[in-house]
Amino acid sequence: MLHTVNKSPTERNTLDSCLAHVKKGSAILLIEDGVYAALKGTESAKKLEATLKTVPVYALQPDLEARGMSGRVLDGVKLVDYGGFVDLVAEHPTVQSWL
Amino acid sequence: MTESTGGIDMDEETSGVVKKFLYVNRKAPYGTIYALESLEVVLIAAAFDQDVSLAFLDDGIYQIVKGQHTKNIDVKNFSPTYRALEGYDIEKLYVEKESMEARGLTEDDFLVDVKVMTKSEMADLMASQDVVMSF
Repeated sequence: MLHTVNKSPTERNTLDSCLAHVKKGSAILLIEDGVYAALKGTESAKKLEATLKTVPVYALQPDLEARGMSGRVLDGVKLVDYGGFVDLVAEHPTVQSWL
Repeated sequence: MTESTGGIDMDEETSGVVKKFLYVNRKAPYGTIYALESLEVVLIAAAFDQDVSLAFLDDGIYQIVKGQHTKNIDVKNFSPTYRALEGYDIEKLYVEKESMEARGLTEDDFLVDVKVMTKSEMADLMASQDVVMSF
């Protein structure tokens, strides 16, 4: 399953809910304000660091660029463009959008 | 009738009154429309020669981060507007220290000059206003 998160972790508890339900074999894609979760030096980055041991985490590069956050992403988080987004959707049998 | 009201007839007692307006910005810039709407209203207050201050706290801090490039999400990059505020005599920009630090940011990451203040100083600033508008 591909999980997408589009809310800021300091605005909503969407990321926490997602992380609490994600299982091995799944992947997480951060989009829109969800990309703030991947920023170094934040509480959410610590949570993602733990998640990265079992589940790959991706972030949408255009959303990072828009927010001026391209150079601040936690190591281990993979950046994808819109084509990569489509590939992730195609690779996973289901998608869960955490809104 | 005064020039600054653009010809709108105002009561003599209300025209020329300058109030302290504080705009509280707490939302990230592109996920919702709040940040852009706040800027619009700030510029209106400036047009009426009011005493305007802007506060950035919580995710609102992200509004004034340097290096925003929105070309690939097809949304207008309105961050340069914050730099233009000076031209409207809006120079009082405040950032809450705790919010900034929680996001791994420093004063150098902002595209405008700001005064960084603690939560408690921010509370005092809010309490000292005539009008507070929250976005």
